[in-house]
Amino acid sequence: MLTLKQLNKSYVPGKPVLVDIDLAIEARGITAIIGASGTGKSTLIRCVNRLVDPTSGQILFDGVDLARLSGRALRHARRHIGMVFQEYNLVERLSVMENLLCGRLGFVSPWRAWRRSFPSDDVRQAHELLEVVGLAGFARQRADALSGGQRQRVGIARAVMQKPKLLLADEPTSSLDPKTSVEIMELLAGVGRERGIPVLVNMHDVDLAKRFADRVVGMAGGRIVFDGPPDGLDDAELTRIYGGQGWLQ
Amino acid sequence: MTSPTSAPVLRQAPAGDGWQRFSPAQRLTRFLVYLAIVAAIVQSLRHVEVIPEFLYDAPEQMVDLVTRMWPVEWAAYGEHVHAPLVETLHIASLGTLLAIVLALPVGVLAAHNLVPSTPLNLFAKLILVSSRSVNSLVWALLFVGIFGPGALAGTLAIAFRSIGFVGKLVGEALEEAQPGPIEALKASGAPWVSVLAFGYWPQVKPAFWSIALFRWDINVRESAVLGLVGAGGIGMALDSALNLFQWDRVALILAAILAIVIAAELVVTQVRKRVI
Amino acid sequence: MTASDAAARGGGRDPSLAPSPWSRAIALALVAYVIYASAQMELSWDRFLVGLDNAQRFFGRLFPPNFERAELLWKGLKESLEIAVLASTLGILLALPVGLFAARNLMPPWVTWPARLVIVLARSFHPVIVAILFVKAVGFGALAGILALTVASIGFIGKLLTEAIEEISDKQVEAIRATGAPFTSVLAFGVVPQVFGRFIGFATYQLDSNLRNSTMVGIVGAGGIGGTLFAAFQRFDYDFVCAILIAIIALIMAGEILATAVRAIFIDNATLRDLFRRGALRRVRHAEDD
Repeated sequence: MLTLKQLNKSYVPGKPVLVDIDLAIEARGITAIIGASGTGKSTLIRCVNRLVDPTSGQILFDGVDLARLSGRALRHARRHIGMVFQEYNLVERLSVMENLLCGRLGFVSPWRAWRRSFPSDDVRQAHELLEVVGLAGFARQRADALSGGQRQRVGIARAVMQKPKLLLADEPTSSLDPKTSVEIMELLAGVGRERGIPVLVNMHDVDLAKRFADRVVGMAGGRIVFDGPPDGLDDAELTRIYGGQGWLQ
Repeated sequence: MTSPTSAPVLRQAPAGDGWQRFSPAQRLTRFLVYLAIVAAIVQSLRHVEVIPEFLYDAPEQMVDLVTRMWPVEWAAYGEHVHAPLVETLHIASLGTLLAIVLALPVGVLAAHNLVPSTPLNLFAKLILVSSRSVNSLVWALLFVGIFGPGALAGTLAIAFRSIGFVGKLVGEALEEAQPGPIEALKASGAPWVSVLAFGYWPQVKPAFWSIALFRWDINVRESAVLGLVGAGGIGMALDSALNLFQWDRVALILAAILAIVIAAELVVTQVRKRVI
Repeated sequence: MTASDAAARGGGRDPSLAPSPWSRAIALALVAYVIYASAQMELSWDRFLVGLDNAQRFFGRLFPPNFERAELLWKGLKESLEIAVLASTLGILLALPVGLFAARNLMPPWVTWPARLVIVLARSFHPVIVAILFVKAVGFGALAGILALTVASIGFIGKLLTEAIEEISDKQVEAIRATGAPFTSVLAFGVVPQVFGRFIGFATYQLDSNLRNSTMVGIVGAGGIGGTLFAAFQRFDYDFVCAILIAIIALIMAGEILATAVRAIFIDNATLRDLFRRGALRRVRHAEDD
């Protein structure tokens, strides 16, 4: 499905953020990337859909190297990768419905997009998704009128609107309270399972990762230092990922 | 544009509340505005007097203009341009200072939290609105009528046009001042003037200086044209050069105006960066 | 400011309470400047008093306003209105691409640089001066006025639009980009919603400003009521001048009301506040402050 080969990224020459990342994601299940802040989790996820350009290496998605694409080809590849953001990144002054339909922009001609004339299938799908994420009846609300949890639900629905082959989630719960975080992760996991979409999510909360992930990838200093099932995360591994010991008690 | 018929596909959407961007009433209002705009444009296009011969002639005239302007008569700067240019700067600066002096009391009068009397507030606002609705060129005409041609008329024109601008913004800044420190001062029994000096002034000071600088920048541009109606400054030199068809001198004057306008903008951005 | 008596006497006051030497120096410099500049321009109290004497006579001749030549007045006003409408339309249409191209967060440097140059050039001269040049190029009449105000509109709207676009939230644009949307769709869903309210704000403001200036460009022969006004003034027809001024002010006030209405229609309450949120200069009184 997705294979990263020898991926390197440095924003400033000589200060690498990602070092020789090799990672393969299967076509199913939730993969959680954990690690302390600043270890490159976010950069890694953003490299996948090229919101960040890697310095070197390959991003093989469905057999195509995304690292080499640009322009229209890159856009077409992005259409199949949905993304959920830490701060939701909704267009605040658009309605919930318009935000959902943003997920279809890659498939609809700009002319129709300007006129807000989307295919009725898309609108129907959007209404269904609003029900799935528990926001039925919110279609006309403006995005800036929603709470954090509600916004992230819209963010997930927008990503799913793309009918993606892969869902990326960049710290989707870091701006939310613990209860809402669990609800959002349940939603994300549920959507992935029901629609058969693999989810690649990064988070710093170990408990959430253990609870929801099928596979955990631990990162430290821009490298992968752990890769395995959540059961394999014992104190020794966590110390390798996060360093120090005091926080474990 | 979102006319009522432009989204047929959306209307077929099921699920009860099929989605549309605006409610029918909103769409009707917007449609009416668009209609009015189009009507105004069509009406204007049909009635405005444009003489086609002049239009065909335009490129030729432009070339002629450029050849007459070049070479620029740089030599005339010392004798004919420097003094009026400096006068323009004086008109702008003195006019701004005078406007500030006159506008502060009016601005205070317009702030409801400082002067809790609605008739007085409205009176102050009337002064401010009249000052703003009259163009500085019109103010200049009036003052030329009263004081005769010259820099005095220009300075007063700049001042009177600026009172409305400065007074309105100062009044608004005063009304937005945090009530906390002011209540504390009042609670300590401070007289009204002290409340003004220690409660309000520190809060509106940055806004005040930025308003004054901004207006000075505008006034430098405006004072350059006042001379066209006889109110002193570089505009008068421009007017006589135009009347004598001395296009090379016109070019010099335009370059001089451009220079002080850019210089004023640089001064304002620098001061703003360092002080405010 | 408190840079005054006590400070000048020196001593007797705790240094922590003394005004900073800077504010004292600035106050002194300003006073010195006022005296110097007034002397330079030969402004004197006597002249002012003589003028006040004139003022009485001047205002005596200004009133009552003379509306006898209503037809001439109406023709000039109509032409001013036409100039304002056409210049605003043309100016806004041209300012949209210029403003977009000048936005450094969306466009590469080789596009922003020329667009920025256009904006700076368009803004550097007062519309009346630009009108002088167009009168030479296309002759006396409304066309010169239309072109001059179009240039002014491109400069003003272009500059503000560029600033508005450069201040939008990148995150919202990034999210749309991540869906694989083509550039124009990114504009429609990621950029336009973020700048639309402010755009309506300054477009209506520009219409207002064009209306004011369209009554003035006539002074240099570029059409509209300004020519009539200046001619009447030079013939000392002060009662007609007064009538023209009243008509101009009425026109401008009507324009202001219209602009407010358009703003209210296109910007709902929540964004009206955003419109004035930037900086102290554009503050508006919030309803809840009263």
